[in-house]
Amino acid sequence: MIAALSVLPAAGVGLNGRLQLVAILVTTLLFAVVFEMVRRRHLMERYSLLWLFASAALLLLAVFTGLLTALSDAVGIATPSNALFAAAIGFMILLLLHFSATISRLTDQTKILAQRLAIAEEKLGRKDDGDS
Amino acid sequence: MLAIVPAYNESAAIAAVVGSIQREAPEFDVLVVDDGSTDSTYAQARRAGVAVLRLPFNLGIGGAVQTGYAYAFENGYEYAAQVDGDGQHDPAQLRTLLDRIQSDPPVEMVYGTRFGGKEGFKSSFARRAGIRLFAAILSAVTRQRVTDPTSGFRLCNRRAIELFARNYPLDYPEVEAILLMHRHELRSAEVPVSMRVRAGGRSSITLLHSGYYMIKVLLAVFVGLFRARHHIEPGDDAPTSGIHGI
Repeated sequence: MIAALSVLPAAGVGLNGRLQLVAILVTTLLFAVVFEMVRRRHLMERYSLLWLFASAALLLLAVFTGLLTALSDAVGIATPSNALFAAAIGFMILLLLHFSATISRLTDQTKILAQRLAIAEEKLGRKDDGDS
Repeated sequence: MLAIVPAYNESAAIAAVVGSIQREAPEFDVLVVDDGSTDSTYAQARRAGVAVLRLPFNLGIGGAVQTGYAYAFENGYEYAAQVDGDGQHDPAQLRTLLDRIQSDPPVEMVYGTRFGGKEGFKSSFARRAGIRLFAAILSAVTRQRVTDPTSGFRLCNRRAIELFARNYPLDYPEVEAILLMHRHELRSAEVPVSMRVRAGGRSSITLLHSGYYMIKVLLAVFVGLFRARHHIEPGDDAPTSGIHGI
C-alpha cells in the first residue's frame, strides 16, 4: 500500500521521469481547460462531470505511478504507460457512449418540438382565416 | 375521419392525391403533413384547400406521420388513415379498409397488402425478398398472417391513434409500427388492395438506403423482442414523449 502511493517511479517499472512529467502536464491542462469551460458556462456542469472525473483519474494515475503499476499488474499489462493509455481510451469510450445517448435524447426532443410547432402553426393559421 | 398524407417534395403529385381523396373518399378530412419539403409542396397543398402541417425541417416519414396522428388525437378523430403523398395508394380503397376495421371491432389497425389481390405486385427481386423476410419474421413474432408489413396504406381507430401519437418510430416505421401494436396488445389485420404506380417523385427508399433499412429494422425487431409487452390505457398522459424506436 505504501509502495503504491509513492510519487517517484520505482526503477525499471512505472513511467520514466520525463514521460511522467508530460503525463502530469497534459492531464493537468485537460482538467484546467474543462474547469475553465464550466466556469465560463461554455460547458454545462452535467456534461462536464464525466470529463472532470476522467481527467482527475488520469492525473491521479500519472502522479502516483505506484497506483499505475499496481493497476497494470492487476490486469496484466507489461508496460505501465500502456495502462495509462488504456485508461484514457476507456474514458473516451464512456464519453462517446454518453454523447450518443445525449444525441438520441436531443433528437427526440427536437422532433417533438418540430411536431408541436407544426400543429400550433396550423391552429394559428386557422384562427387567422376565421378572423379575416 | 382523417386522411393523413405525408409529403416530402411531392409538388408534382400532391394536388392530385388530395383531389382524389376528396372525390373518392369524401367522408375523410384531408391533412397534408409537409415534411420540410424544399419545393412547392406546401403551397400546392394549401391551394387545394385542406389542412396542412408544415414541419420546420425534414423529420423522415415516421416523424411526419406521427405529427398527423398527434393532430388526429388532439382533434378528436375516431379514425385516421395514412395515404402516401405520391399517389401510389388508391383512396377509393379506403372504403375497403374502413369496412374491415368497423366489421371487426377488436382490430385497431388495418393495412393494405399488395399480395393477395387480383393484380400482382410487381417490384424488384431484392425488394420482394426483403418484404418477404420481414413478413416471415413478423408472422412468427405476432403469430398472425403478415404478408406486406412495409405497406404504408393504413387505417387506425382511436386507440391506435393514441398509441402512435405517443410512440412512433422515426424512420422506416411501417414494420415497427406493427410490432408496436403487438407489444401493446392491440390487434392489426391485413386487407388485400391493389396499388398504383406512383404519380410523381420517387420512393424514399433508394438502393443506398436499403442496406441501412434492413439492418435498422431487423435490429428494432430484435430489440423489441426484449421489451416488455404492456398496455396503454386510453386517457393516459400527454402524447409524444420519451425515446422511440432507434
